[in-house]
Parts: sequence; C-alpha cells; structure tokens
Amino acid sequence: MKIIIKNRSDQPIYEQIEEQIKAQILDGIISEDEQLPSIRQLAKDLKISVITTTRVYNDLAEEGFIVSVAGKGYFVAPRNNELLKERMLFEMEDGFEKAVTNGHNAGLTDDEIIAALRRYMEG
Amino acid sequence: MENILEINGLNKSYEGFSLRDVSFSLPRGYIMGFVGQNGSGKTTTIRSILNMAKTDSGKISVFGLDSVEDSVEIKERLGVVFDSLYLGEHLNISRIERQLKPFYKNWDSDCFAKLIKRFGLPDNKKVGDFSKGMKMKVMIAVALAHKPDFIILDEPTSGLDPVARDELLDILAEFIEDENRGVLFSTHITADVERIADYVTILNNGRVWFTGTKDDLTEKFAVLKGDPDDIPDSVKPKLIGYHKYRNGFDALIDRTELKTLPDTLEYEKATIDEILVYIAKEDKNETDS
Repeated sequence: MKIIIKNRSDQPIYEQIEEQIKAQILDGIISEDEQLPSIRQLAKDLKISVITTTRVYNDLAEEGFIVSVAGKGYFVAPRNNELLKERMLFEMEDGFEKAVTNGHNAGLTDDEIIAALRRYMEG
Repeated sequence: MENILEINGLNKSYEGFSLRDVSFSLPRGYIMGFVGQNGSGKTTTIRSILNMAKTDSGKISVFGLDSVEDSVEIKERLGVVFDSLYLGEHLNISRIERQLKPFYKNWDSDCFAKLIKRFGLPDNKKVGDFSKGMKMKVMIAVALAHKPDFIILDEPTSGLDPVARDELLDILAEFIEDENRGVLFSTHITADVERIADYVTILNNGRVWFTGTKDDLTEKFAVLKGDPDDIPDSVKPKLIGYHKYRNGFDALIDRTELKTLPDTLEYEKATIDEILVYIAKEDKNETDS
C-alpha cells in the first residue's frame, strides 16, 4: 500500500488517504483479505494524528471497502461487486452534478452541456 | 476512555498574571498540542501539573492520581522535557546517566544508549558545550530512559532544526503506538501540532480558548475575507480578530455563521497559526476600543 500526503493540498488529509486506499483496492494493488497496517502504525508511518487514521478506517469500513476483525485488525473486504458498482454509480452522478453546476454557472444551456459530454466521450 | 491527564478548574494568580478556570483532559493513547502566545500560561499550567507551582484552586489528576498528594508516584511514571537544560552543564553524557539513574526505579540503560546513538550525541564533550538542539536531545533521551507512561514537553521543538524536529515527532508517534501512553507538548511551531497532534488546547490570557480534537478545531473556524460593506450587521460582533485594510478585511469566523453570509465574501480553511494570530488581534481590538 502506498500513500502520499500532500500537506499543501486543500483536500483534508483523511480524504487524501481514503481516496488512495480506495483506488488501490479497486485496482487490485491491495488484494482481497489483505491485512492493512493498524490505525496506530499507519499514524506513526505517515506522522499524522491517530484520530485522522481512525476516521479513515471507520469511513472505509462504513463504505464496505474494508472490514474490522475484532482482535486482529482491518482487512480488505471480499469483493462485493454490487456494492462497488453502486458506489461507482454514486460517484458518477456526483460528478455529473458538479459538471452540470459548473456548466450552468458558465452560462451553458442543458443541450450545450449534453453536447459537451458527448464530445468528451468521443475523445 | 480513561484520561491520562485531567485538569479541572485550575486557578492560579501571581502579580500581573493569572490562570483562570483552566480545564482540559487528554485520553490515553493520544498526543495533545498545547499552544498559545508567550505569556498565555502554558508553562505555568505545566508547572502546576508537575506540582512545581502551588495552585490557588482546582484539581489535577495524572494517571487518575492526585497531582499534589501522589506527586512522587506520578513523577516515577512521567517524563519531562523543558525548554532549557536542567542537567549539570559540566558533565558528559555517561556522568549524567550515572547521576540520574539512582533516582528512577525503571531506568533503562540500553534504551538510553540507543537514543544517544540515534541522536548522534558525543560522549567526549560536556553537555554545557552542546548546541541548543543537542541539549534538547539529551533531555528527551533522559525523559524516555526511565520508561514513562506520559511525557510532557515544554517547547521541545523550539531549538531543533527541521530534521531533528521530524525525528522527535517520529519518537512521539512511536511512544503512543501502544495505546496506553500519552504526550502533552507545548509549542510555538504549530506545523508540528497541525501534523501529529490528536488533540489541541489553545490557551489565551490564562484561559482555555479551545480544547478538543485537532480536526474539530480546524473544521470549526474559517478565515473570512472581502469588502467590509458586505458584512451583515448581525455577523459583525461574531468576527474574531477583525482587521480592515485599504482593499478589504479579514477575520476569523465560526463556520456555523457562514450560511448567513452573502456570496461576495470569500472564506478559506484556517490553519492553527492563523487561528492564534486572529485570537491575538481580537484581544488587541478589544483593548483599543
């Protein structure tokens, strides 16, 4: 597992770590059932607050990416394709919402935004 | 969650200064950054925890023990690092160890030797001839060598270069890895707090201005900027450290106030440094008006 924290980023540290762990789980870089470093070990390695790493693991567990095994620690959750798909769809809609808002703010009509998306899809 | 440190209603006054109703606590397994301007009362609070200063009222417990009645037992399990060397300046490191060892039940010579080596401290020099950073490292090694459960550091990073500061943060993170210990460190270098501290207590003029998790602190406040004419009257009294200049203003604001503000005002995340600066400006604004 690789994690790079940008201290100068506007994005909160917990979000940076969550995104990177998620991406590595989705890409299969961290495999199913693999054990993650403990909350305190991760905090020590990254030199960040224990509260931050606790939040990261809680969020990831809540979203179904990892599971907590009492007395043992955190493991990558068995792949649940339905859940992942749902998650991805949610992210996609979230992206749409941002794109549409930005488009409207820029003064584009709905049709122009759809046309822009089509052009983007066609590369 | 059991608290390793608990301070309730601490009051102490002497000429020209007083600590007023200082209360905060630190759960086991965490690091607390203790910040505030010079003269805000950080060192007095630390001296009170260590039973080195007599308090007027209030109760302090460390490991659940009373700071006054059980002071001997507490000190056995407490490591302390001050901002200046309290050890014999004319001694070298081995002589310092020989002198201190008998005072502690749990002194670990191996651990001490390892730390001295890790810090690259020479044994053939008097510690009085060491640089400020090296002296600080000696004190850190001494504080850790008697296997404490709780370390209190008063401005530990002030004399250290960035590399040594980073090393110290490593050591503190290792120290709390077992979930049972705790660290309280006062500092001016808020970047260290920003990074590693789980909890933050801000002291201002002898009072606790904020105490809680670092995330709560940085998520609670924002820096607001814009044209002074755009500030609604209802919000004006809530601005902290309001500062007006030729092209606009800036101030610290509680994020809960943001939703009532017009879009023309911009806000951004406040760093701990900025929070401290605005608190100081607010004091100045109050005295001036």
